[in-house]
Amino acid sequence: MSDATASRSVQRGTAMLRRLDPAVAASFGCILLLLLLGSLYSRSFLSPEYLLQQLKVASFLGVIATGMMLVILLGQIDLSVPWVVTSGAMMACAVAAHGTIGAVIAIPCGILCGAAIGIVNGIGVAYLRIPSMIITLATNAVAQGLMVAYTGGFAPQDAASRAMRYLATGNAVPGLPNAVLVWAVVGAAAIWMLSRTTFGRSIYAIGNREQAAYLSGIDTRRVTMLAFALSGALSAFGGVLLAGYASKAAQSMGDAYLLPSIAAVVLGGTHILGGRGSYLGTVAGVVLITLLQSILSVMQISEAGRQLIYGAVIILMLLIYGRQKT
Amino acid sequence: MTEWRYWFSEQRGTLLAIGIFVAMFLIYATNHPAGFSVNMVQTAANKATLLAFVAMAQAIVVITAGIDLSVGMILTLTNCLASWIVVGTATETALGVIGVLGAGLLCGMINGAVVIFGRLQPIVTTIATGAMYYGVALFLRPNPGGSVNETLADALTGRLFGVLPTSLMALAVTALVIWVPYSRSVVGRAAFATGSSEVAAYMSGAPIRAAKFTAYTLAGLLSAIGGLFLTFFSYTGEAAYASGNAYTLFSIAAVVLGGVSLMGGRGSAIGAIFGALAFRTIGDLLFVFDFDPLWQPLFQGLVLMLAVSIGAFGLVRVRNRLEWFG
Repeated sequence: MSDATASRSVQRGTAMLRRLDPAVAASFGCILLLLLLGSLYSRSFLSPEYLLQQLKVASFLGVIATGMMLVILLGQIDLSVPWVVTSGAMMACAVAAHGTIGAVIAIPCGILCGAAIGIVNGIGVAYLRIPSMIITLATNAVAQGLMVAYTGGFAPQDAASRAMRYLATGNAVPGLPNAVLVWAVVGAAAIWMLSRTTFGRSIYAIGNREQAAYLSGIDTRRVTMLAFALSGALSAFGGVLLAGYASKAAQSMGDAYLLPSIAAVVLGGTHILGGRGSYLGTVAGVVLITLLQSILSVMQISEAGRQLIYGAVIILMLLIYGRQKT
Repeated sequence: MTEWRYWFSEQRGTLLAIGIFVAMFLIYATNHPAGFSVNMVQTAANKATLLAFVAMAQAIVVITAGIDLSVGMILTLTNCLASWIVVGTATETALGVIGVLGAGLLCGMINGAVVIFGRLQPIVTTIATGAMYYGVALFLRPNPGGSVNETLADALTGRLFGVLPTSLMALAVTALVIWVPYSRSVVGRAAFATGSSEVAAYMSGAPIRAAKFTAYTLAGLLSAIGGLFLTFFSYTGEAAYASGNAYTLFSIAAVVLGGVSLMGGRGSAIGAIFGALAFRTIGDLLFVFDFDPLWQPLFQGLVLMLAVSIGAFGLVRVRNRLEWFG
C-alpha cells in the first residue's frame, strides 16, 4: 500500500468518470428526477418497500432487455419478443403439468423453446441475410400461430410450477426478492460476457462494422446467430418468470414488453445502429421505464393518458441525449 | 429494346407481386364454395383495401430507407376520430372527412419532424409516436362505439355500376392521385435517391429533408384514408391495440411481398398494393379450404416467413463474400 497505488486508483477513478457515457449519466439523472417528482406527490415513493417492489417488477423487463441489448449491439433488432415471451411461459407451464419430471424440466424447456425461436431468427439474419426487423416479425407471427393453435385461443389452464413461482416471488435472502437476484445474476453474466469474452467483444466489433469484423477473422455469422439465440432464450426466461409471478401463462402476455425493452436499451445509451453501449445504461433504462410506468399508474392517469405521456417522454428523452451524430 | 429491359428490371418486384396475387386469387376464386361472383369479389376487395392503403403508406416510407411502425396506430386513431366526426349532414360529413385526413397528415408530419429534425432513428421514433397515437385513440374511444354517415359508407363500400367494387376504385384513384404524381416529382425522385444512398443524394443536391418529410406525411395521410375506410366497413370506432399492431405487421409483410426493398431505393407503392391484396388472399385461402380458423395465424406466419426468405436467393449471385454484409 504505497502512494503510487493510491494515486493510480485515483487516476483510474477519474478515467472512469471521463469514460462515463453522458447518456448513462443522463438516464441515472432522470431516475433521480422521477423519484423526486414521485416523492413530491406521495411520501411513500422513497420507502424501501416501494423501491424494492419496483426493482422486482423491473427485473422481468431487465432480463428481457438484456437479450434485446445483445441484438441491438449487433446493429439488429428483435421484434419477436412478445410471442417468444408468451411461448416460453406457455411451454414451461405446459411441461410443468406433467408430474414431477415435468416440474423439474419446466424452466429449461421454456428457455429452450425461446432459444429455438432465437436460432431461427439467427439463421435468417446471419446466414440468409434477411433484415432482422422482417425475420423476427415473421417468427413472431409463427410463434403466435403455434401458440394460438396449441391453446385454442384461450388462456391455458396449466399452472406454473413451484420452482417458477419461487424464482419470481420468493425471498431466498430475507428482504430481497428472488426476481431481483435472478436479474442480478443475468446482468453480472452479461457484463462479464460483454467485456471479458471474445464473444462479447465480437458483438461490439460486428455492431461497429461487420465487414471489418469478418476480415479480422471473426466468424460473424456464428456470433450473430448465437446472439439471437441468447436473446430468444432470455426473452423466454423473462416469460417463465412472468408466468411464475402470475402463476400462469396468458395470451398476449408479452405484448407489453416489446416497446419497453427497446426503449430501455436505447434510453440507456446503447446506439440503435449497434457497436456502442454499456450494460449499466440498460440497467438505468430498465429502472427508468419501470419507474415511469409505476408513477403514471400511481397518479391514476387513465390508460389513454399513460400511453400518451409514455410515448412523449421517451421521444423527449431521446431528443435530449439520444440523437445521432451526423 | 434496352429501354424496355430497364423498365422491366425496375418493375420486376411489382410484376412479381402482381403475378403472386393473380395466382393466389385464381386458386381462391376457383375453390370458393359460393363460386366466382360479384359479391365474393366485393367482400374480398373491401377487406383487402384497408391493408392496401396501409401498405402504400409503408412503401412510401420504406423507399426512403426508413420504416414507419406507427401506421397501424394512425389507422386506429383515425378510425376512432372518424366515428365521432364523420356524421350528420353532407357538409358536416365532408368537413369530418377533411378533419380525419388532416389528423392523419398531422401524425405523419410529427413522425417526419422528429425523424428529420430530431435526428432519431425511425424505428424507435415511430414505436414511441405509435404509443402516443394509440393513447389519443383510447382517449377518443375508451369503449368501442360511435357511428358514421351510413349513406357515404355504403356508397364507398358498395359497387359501382353493379359490378366494380367501389373500394377498389377508391384505391385506384388514391394511387393515381397520390403515388403517380409523387413518384414522378422532384421530391419523389429525391426519396428514391435518399433510399439508395443518402450520402450520394446529399452530394447531388437532392432535397433529402423535403423528401423524407413528404414521405412520412404521405404515409400519415394514406393511413388515415385506411382508417376512414375501416370506419366505413365497421360503422364504429374501436381503439384496438392488437388490430393496430397487426396492420403495422401486415403492412411490412405486404411491402416485402410487393417487391419493395427494405434497404430503400427500390420498389413502388403499386407493388405494395398488390402485395397487400396477395397477402389477404393467402390469409383467406384457409377459409376456402375449410381449415380450422385456429390455424390461420400460423399459416399466415409461415407464408410471411417464406415470402421474406425469397429475398435470400440473392445470396446465390454474390461473388465476393464481403457483399454479404453490404
